[in-house]
Amino acid sequence: MASTRSAAGRAVARAVGLGAAAALALTACAPGSGSDDGGTPPQPTGPVSTDVADAGDVTLTVWDQEVRGGQDEQITQLNAAFEEAYPNVTVERVSQSFDDLATTLRLALTGEDAPDVVQTNNARATMGQFVAAGQLVALDAYADAYGWRDRYPESVLQYSTYSEDGTVFGEGSLYGLPQVGEVVGVYYSRSALDELGLEVPQTWADFEAALQTAADAGRTPLLLGNIEGWPAGHVFGAVQGAHVDPAQIRDLGLGNAGASWTTPENLEALGQLQQWQEQGWFNEGVNGTDYDAAWQQLADGQGVFLVAGSWLAPDLQDAMGEDAGFFAPPPADGGELATTGGTGIPFSITTAAEEPDVAAAYIDFLTSDDAMQVLADTGNLPVVDTASYAPESGLLADVYTAFGDVSSQGALLPYLDYATPTFGETLNQTLQGLLAGELTPEQAADALEADYADFTSSGG
Amino acid sequence: MRGRAPRGRATPYLFVAPALAVYGAFLLYPLLRAVQFSFYDFDGLTVGTPVGLANYAAVLTDTGLRAAFGHALVLVVFFSLLPLAVGLVLAALLVRARVRGLPLFRTVVFLPQVIAMVVLAVAWRRIYAPDGTLNDLLRAVGLDALTRTWLGDYATALPAVGLIGTWVSTGLVTVLLMAGMARVPKELYEAASLDGASPARQLRVLTLPAIRPEIAVALTLTIISALKTFDLVYVTTGGGPGTSTTVPSYEVYRRAFELGEVGAAAAVGVVLTVLVFAVNLVVNRVADRQR
Repeated sequence: MASTRSAAGRAVARAVGLGAAAALALTACAPGSGSDDGGTPPQPTGPVSTDVADAGDVTLTVWDQEVRGGQDEQITQLNAAFEEAYPNVTVERVSQSFDDLATTLRLALTGEDAPDVVQTNNARATMGQFVAAGQLVALDAYADAYGWRDRYPESVLQYSTYSEDGTVFGEGSLYGLPQVGEVVGVYYSRSALDELGLEVPQTWADFEAALQTAADAGRTPLLLGNIEGWPAGHVFGAVQGAHVDPAQIRDLGLGNAGASWTTPENLEALGQLQQWQEQGWFNEGVNGTDYDAAWQQLADGQGVFLVAGSWLAPDLQDAMGEDAGFFAPPPADGGELATTGGTGIPFSITTAAEEPDVAAAYIDFLTSDDAMQVLADTGNLPVVDTASYAPESGLLADVYTAFGDVSSQGALLPYLDYATPTFGETLNQTLQGLLAGELTPEQAADALEADYADFTSSGG
Repeated sequence: MRGRAPRGRATPYLFVAPALAVYGAFLLYPLLRAVQFSFYDFDGLTVGTPVGLANYAAVLTDTGLRAAFGHALVLVVFFSLLPLAVGLVLAALLVRARVRGLPLFRTVVFLPQVIAMVVLAVAWRRIYAPDGTLNDLLRAVGLDALTRTWLGDYATALPAVGLIGTWVSTGLVTVLLMAGMARVPKELYEAASLDGASPARQLRVLTLPAIRPEIAVALTLTIISALKTFDLVYVTTGGGPGTSTTVPSYEVYRRAFELGEVGAAAAVGVVLTVLVFAVNLVVNRVADRQR
């Protein structure tokens, strides 16, 4: 009895020892090589199929970030329609906020149970790195099969296009398709404008004059909630669009070499943003105000203008009804209509997807003409043929018009945080410093240039 | 027979094996892997390349990171020293004074410990908002000049975050110290009173030496929570405005999840762990030596 017990004990001790040894052995190999997908998984080759019904029973796991009201509504409808069209396919939806998705996606993609379709932000720090790591499927073959290059304008597709090694942004293979367009513009309260005797400004100078008028009347001209750091980047995007050549901004924003943050025009734009703050044209304490609180203040009639993205339109429409209006930031005299914008977060296929053909069919379904109609019906901004879906009047009509004008006649500028993996953080910190008066425009430009130049000179 | 059975040398290990397996799988192994990652240039996606001590060199030379460690040390004042001062007074009062409803007081003081930090942070973010409770209160009593954007102001953001920590830690420290003080025989205080010692003097010569172990425990726990603060900063300021409230844990998160620099993140994490150990070693050495 005793001897068997101690034998068992020795066995356990040996097992523990073995486990420890195994753990040590495992730690001896380089991180990232432990799992079975070491290195770059092969890209699917050969012909692709657009036939979903013959694929057998398939469960498609989709990770999206369509959590706001209208977003959630459209994807729920489209998922149901897809399952109805192809009864052999089950869509398993995992939905989380943009910030949460950004955090969890990296781990999920390297895990055993990686999702099939994911929404991955266009930026270099996300889509760029995933492409470089071979975790996203190049969609070129599907683009040919489904005619996606005819469906989408090239100006839209460039934002989900990377070279195969992920170093060049805007050229190479296609890695995702967006459903919606986005444009940063100016929300306003129609009644507030009427009270102040103002019209919708047609030039940047008009806009500044309108802000002055509002300030003189004791109103808060501009609302901004910047505790998160990134909202100021959108305001700055509009200001920059009125001062700097769009081609320059595109190079700065995509992190391609050849531009500079320390040009007089950029300094002027940074200076104007700071000046607005110093003149008291923003609400009090922008750096301590919540993003959501800022637009709610517009709805409550506490301010006149709010520079923000089109994604707030459904919420503001609900809160303000007919009183809400929107216009693209007006161009400087003789300048081009230019503002930050682009696309919603694109849907991509992971190399872990067992049925990439079905995944591609799903993405095609989400971006079809019928889907665009659903998007429009649920208050979103369809990225394809936007103007044709515009409602007759109201806030959404304004938003559709603004996006149509900017994308067809003007310049849709990239989000500045696409530039380098660290640029989002650098921009946030710099603009918070600029708004707090901690940094001069020159210091701010130097900080931004340092990040940009560091990245472009290292060969990206 | 059974009682005299010779015990195998493995028997003690047999007893600790289940716990050790769990501990090893969820703590030791990840810790070892983190240490290993810290010697690699690793993005979390592709195979890493060994870079030796480069990540550690970067930790020491990165001014942003040095600032983050500086902020963490400031938070130690708010999370540990301030609660200790407040807790001493509170505990002394609660133990000595025969107040009615003592259990209620004790519960109320301890309550912040029970609530999840994220919930606290969300609540405090509202309190500190430009039109939040704190500013409303100041305006109500005519102190309009003092109102400010607590979390958005470079000068006040870090103290504002720190004071949330003070509020959270004070309860824990107070309850710990009360337990220690209850152990001191009341006769000693009586004797000291008769000899003419003031309450302050009684606290210094009687109470403090008696509760040194409790102080050491309180300091250890709160210093750890100060140095590893993450959720509080993540929810309230996200490190802003600018970089005025960045902390090492937040930098670990940012590097690993936002920038994809898993190797560098692991190095920061290891340095932080070593720092936590070092500080607490000093605290406990000092407490032991003076006992």
